[in-house]
Amino acid sequence: MAFLDIHHLEKAFGATRVVKDFNLGIEKGEFVSFLGPSGCGKTTVLRMVAGFETPTSGAIRIDGRDVTGLPANRRKIGMVFQAYALFPNLTVAENIGFGLKVAGEDKASIARRVAEMLELIGLPQLGARYPFQLSGGQQQRVALARALAPRPQVLLLDEPLSALDAKIRISLREEIRRIQQDLGITTIFVTHDQEEALSISDRIVVMHQGIADQVGTPFDIYNRPATRFVAEFVGTLNLVDVDVVEAANGRVRLGEVPVVLNRPLSARAGERISLALRPETVALGRTEGHDVVLAGRIAEVHFLGSVIRIRVTVGGQSLSLDTFNQPDRPPPAVGASVEVSISDRDLLVLAA
Amino acid sequence: MIGKRFWSLFAVALGGIYFLLPLAGMVDFSMRMKRGEYSFEAYRIVLADPQFQQTFLYSVVLALLTIVLGILLVVPTAYFVRLRLPGLRPVIEFITLLPLVIPPIVIVFGYIRIYNTSSILPLTGTWLGTNLLLLFGYATLALPYMYRSVDTGLRTIDIASLTEAAQSLGAGWARILTVVILPNVFVSVLSGAFLTFAIVIGEYVFAALLNVNSFGPYMVWMGGNRAYEPSALAVVAFAITWACMGLIQLVTRFSKFSTARR
Repeated sequence: MAFLDIHHLEKAFGATRVVKDFNLGIEKGEFVSFLGPSGCGKTTVLRMVAGFETPTSGAIRIDGRDVTGLPANRRKIGMVFQAYALFPNLTVAENIGFGLKVAGEDKASIARRVAEMLELIGLPQLGARYPFQLSGGQQQRVALARALAPRPQVLLLDEPLSALDAKIRISLREEIRRIQQDLGITTIFVTHDQEEALSISDRIVVMHQGIADQVGTPFDIYNRPATRFVAEFVGTLNLVDVDVVEAANGRVRLGEVPVVLNRPLSARAGERISLALRPETVALGRTEGHDVVLAGRIAEVHFLGSVIRIRVTVGGQSLSLDTFNQPDRPPPAVGASVEVSISDRDLLVLAA
Repeated sequence: MIGKRFWSLFAVALGGIYFLLPLAGMVDFSMRMKRGEYSFEAYRIVLADPQFQQTFLYSVVLALLTIVLGILLVVPTAYFVRLRLPGLRPVIEFITLLPLVIPPIVIVFGYIRIYNTSSILPLTGTWLGTNLLLLFGYATLALPYMYRSVDTGLRTIDIASLTEAAQSLGAGWARILTVVILPNVFVSVLSGAFLTFAIVIGEYVFAALLNVNSFGPYMVWMGGNRAYEPSALAVVAFAITWACMGLIQLVTRFSKFSTARR
């Protein structure tokens, strides 16, 4: 059995079921992200693990022990909130020591642990400050130290980076990951930011309308999305309409160009279906290994710095493609005729 | 610009005169006890009066007890209503406003009817019972002010997140209320406490009808029997009030943390 085992978890507020039959096993030391749009139920699952919400049915087990009925203050779970939630009347050191004091540890060991935590978050000199004297990023680090100080079994992070500005967000998420790996603590991270989830997780749970649509490594989630929702929510996606020629071995026609997917399709011959394609799998011009070559016209060019995103109109359909910036090769002009090539392997067949 | 400034200064001055002139007159009068010279004779007499000392001390103690009772009653109530029963807030607010609507004389008559010596709970029959009744009555009178200021204080902090943070760190309700919530609404509690103090110190109706010798009845008695001393007494009462206000300002300014500065 997994270290943290979520078993057929359900939550309904009145007639609305916000979490539906949620199952997940998280191994000890694993970093799992719950990713999804607002209202998908990710925070509700987290709050049920924390003990702030009572499940309508189902069970939560930590290290083999059923904690479903246990109040939040007896679960030994560390939690970091989006709004920091530091105690404004306590200093940084007192905030970090709060959980230890509650646990009845003696003064000397609290002081030792607090110093250790301050060192861990890289703010050893700020113990005597009050929360209002710290920046947002510093406050969130302190909140992290406070959650970790009592050595919780599980660390829960509820959109901890959402209130911070872009640069701090990236540096802090790297720091969270480093600390998590150093301590080997089992962690659930809730976010609506796919880049955040992809960059720091061992596994991602993509949630949609109260259901875990897909559970997998960031690589899997991005490259082999199980559902249309996952494909569209994680990363940018081209949707291309193709006509099915033969369903059994996946022969389709993209405009006038025949493509063989070598995968059976559930649609029948003559039907029109959508295939998905990541922008970075579309090449400008002919490339080795890209067997499908399409003629098109440049519709838009967006220079994003290291990456150039180009929109090409191909047979009435629009395709986005990403190329890396090369200083000696300026991007093509809008309106120019070009060829784009794709590999049939990169075409994703999405379940509804 | 100068015209605008003149008129605002004028308005402030007018308001100032409205408040300060009677005060100045009262101070002036209170110091004219000795014919033909300014003196603190009236103050000396008042402050030396054992009745004054006794009733004033009694009222101060009662006021402090009322404040403690009010905090114990109001802080957890306002907190749980905000946290768990937000739908109940209008109801609670209405209930806490009732003491402003129902005259104290009605309340105290009710008390006397219910708790008189021939009732099941004859509180008025004993010294302790009467004092308890007075204490409960004062807590009721102070309810609108206490509840409002505490509730306003709670609005300025994110009590839901703070509560959950404390819970996840293992804290129970008693610790959350005393270590996390109360210190963060301390300034609001203090202003509620100050208003409570001001109400209890000068309260007359409850004390008189329950036949308790507190500062209010003493002031009334003094006003009916002396000339200069009541003015001196009023000035003393004002001084106490202002000292309280000054203390609140000091505490607010020099508190180590401030929610306003966040």
